[in-house]
Amino acid sequence: MRTIDKRLRVSRRRFLASGTATAAGVGAVAGGAVVIAPAGSWAESPANLSPEAASTLLKMARDIFPHDALDDSYYQRAIGGYDAEAAEDADLKAMIEDGTAALNTRAQARHGAAYADIENEDDRVGLLHEIETTPLFRKLRADLVVSLYNQTEVWQRLGYEGPSADQGGYINRGFDDLDWL
Amino acid sequence: MAAPFALDDDSVVVIVGSGAGGGTLGNELAQQGIDTVILEAGGRHEIADFVNNEWEMFGKISWLDARTTSGSWRVAHDFPGLPAWIVKAVGGSTVHWAGASLRFQAHEFRARSEYGAVHGANLLDWPLTLEELEPYYDRAEDKMGVTGTHGIPRLPGNNNYKVMAAGAERLGYTKYHTGNMAINSQPRDGRGSCLQIGFCFQGCRSGAKWSTLYTEIPNGEDTGHLEVRSQCQVLQIDHDDTGRVTGVVYADADGVQQRQKARVVCVAGNSIESPRLLLNSASAMFPDGLANSSGQVGRNYMRHMTGSVYAVFDKPVNMYRGTTMAGIIQDEAHLDPARGFVGGYEMETLSLGVPFMAAFLDPGGWGRDFAWAMDHYDHMAGMWLVGEDMPQETNRITLHPEVKDQHGLPAPDVHFDDHQNDIRMRAHAFAQGSAVYEAAGALKTYHTPPYPSTHNLGTCRMSERPEDGVVNKWGQTHDIPNLFVSDGSQFTTGGAENPTLTIVTLAIRQAEHIGREMAAGNL
Ligand SMILES: Cc1cc2nc3c(=O)[nH]c(=O)nc-3n(C[C@H](O)[C@H](O)[C@H](O)COP(=O)(O)OP(=O)(O)OC[C@H]3O[C@@H](n4cnc5c(N)ncnc54)[C@H](O)[C@@H]3O)c2cc1C
Ligand code: SF4
Repeated sequence: MRTIDKRLRVSRRRFLASGTATAAGVGAVAGGAVVIAPAGSWAESPANLSPEAASTLLKMARDIFPHDALDDSYYQRAIGGYDAEAAEDADLKAMIEDGTAALNTRAQARHGAAYADIENEDDRVGLLHEIETTPLFRKLRADLVVSLYNQTEVWQRLGYEGPSADQGGYINRGFDDLDWL
Repeated sequence: MAAPFALDDDSVVVIVGSGAGGGTLGNELAQQGIDTVILEAGGRHEIADFVNNEWEMFGKISWLDARTTSGSWRVAHDFPGLPAWIVKAVGGSTVHWAGASLRFQAHEFRARSEYGAVHGANLLDWPLTLEELEPYYDRAEDKMGVTGTHGIPRLPGNNNYKVMAAGAERLGYTKYHTGNMAINSQPRDGRGSCLQIGFCFQGCRSGAKWSTLYTEIPNGEDTGHLEVRSQCQVLQIDHDDTGRVTGVVYADADGVQQRQKARVVCVAGNSIESPRLLLNSASAMFPDGLANSSGQVGRNYMRHMTGSVYAVFDKPVNMYRGTTMAGIIQDEAHLDPARGFVGGYEMETLSLGVPFMAAFLDPGGWGRDFAWAMDHYDHMAGMWLVGEDMPQETNRITLHPEVKDQHGLPAPDVHFDDHQNDIRMRAHAFAQGSAVYEAAGALKTYHTPPYPSTHNLGTCRMSERPEDGVVNKWGQTHDIPNLFVSDGSQFTTGGAENPTLTIVTLAIRQAEHIGREMAAGNL
């Protein structure tokens, strides 16, 4: 059966045309395809949020939906809107700053390190469970479930081919090619 | 006179909504030469506007006006502002529907007699039998081009179907096939055959799937007797001092209120908006809302017992390729109270894309297990469970005391509690669904809770006696002879089957009745 190569390979043309990709740098050319490299890291240089808040958010995002095959750039893109939104929305900014600060206080007390610096994933996830009902956690999870999984590049990494009408559907492209039963 | 019709033309039939019920009724009336105006709240998006993208299409054509939820159902917790997934556009929810088109079983029209008194359930027999409906089911299936009927071949099975069928066979089930689908398996009715695009829920780009948008509505318009006014949301139904309805007030595309006169008004806004409109039309003469002498308007809201089972296999399935729902197991659809519940359920293939899978697989879920499931998206197969739920008087649409919509009208609150029968049926269906996939070799199965309701039924139900329901066997309200209900709100009980074929069947029959009554001078 026709299976999907889940490693991310996009043609240079499609890559350059796609809006979300412009923020990301173009890395090494592998086998004729361009591989996405991490973008100039937003989390390291936010304009409106504190660097601590940004790096905490990024680690939280990874821990909420941990896909080892996805590098940070996908998560940065998924939370990328908050920095600009924070400039317009003081409540959001406060929720993010206060919520991440509280998490870091908790992390220091429990593990002697800021959240993003705790090595052990189980320790971090334990802290997330403690704050599961807070507005920040709920908002982040609810936003991420759309902003992470609605990225075309993520679809490919999960083996989903996306739009098919422009390619004539799957009638000649494997709608019934399952052969292992 | 030919369309378009004047606002003060009181000879027209006005239909509220252009979906399965309203769109079909409009065409059927127009074919008889009856001048008809359909007022549709949503815009007109033709096939070229459809995109193969779940969130984008959802945002473009869903009904997103203010709604609230209450009750103990899981949807109220997971999706408090979105009790139902309904389309607001010309064509209504037939733009997004999957096409599964099943007839009710004979005993399902006699639920009260067959099931007996079920505690807490407001069961009632339909004032109709399967026999009476059969000729109209025939016409509906022919109109919609339903596969597996009238000599129309079934669709080929896709990968998702293959997995389900293999499990069904190994489990000893015998009634499984690729369904009765209103999707062309071969060119028919001027439309091509299914290209297995796989975005049936986002609008069929090939037009192979029946939708009133590009069948009934243009066919009706071609007669010159049907006018469809899009972006016109009906706010209120007017009546005179004899208690007959005289027309409707609606907000046009610019938000300006207009009044369309009418000889007959037919309400087909789907089972949340239809009762809401009757309730919002309360007057001094009808203080509890129109056609509500029984107190049943808005009550007995049904949404089918639903749930989904997804299963991960060690090899790829790629379930998203091809038709979304062309696969069914019907071995559990019969009545067998020995299973611990009355009524039956269907098991139907279902696939969601990555964006919707993330949102619906385990609402609120996160962490390693969740990510593992998503990492195995291409190794997943899926099915939807849909069965008869019990009508309960307290499951109902009411007008919210504070929340208002964009027109300043009270928003509908959708209250629902699962009945014990629903809960027992869901448990049985989840177990059987898992067993099917385990028989096919699943590594892991997931029991996904109900999505926002796609099948909304029963809120203006049909009854023999006026005190038991809102409309008679023709969908005509017991209280007001020239006011009809023309959608799934009429359902006395829900049956196990996806409802749209029955909605279309009732609309065809209702159109005949209205034509006859008009000719006889009674309307
Ligand atoms: C994703 C999805 C998949 C589905 N799959 C299936 C399936 O496979 N098989 C099946 O049988 N059913 C399926 N359904 C259900 C099916 O779509 C509905 O049962 C059917 O369309 C209901 O018909 P209706 O006429 O009652 O309402 P709709 O088709 O929803 O039409 C109602 C119309 O009325 C309009 N309206 C409402 N209020 C007003 C107002 N006040 N003024 C003006 N216009 C108004 C709405 O905008 C809408 O266009 C599915 C539904 C969804 C969402
Ligand atoms: S799978 Fe077939 S019916 Fe569904 S959208 Fe594609 S062409 Fe239309």
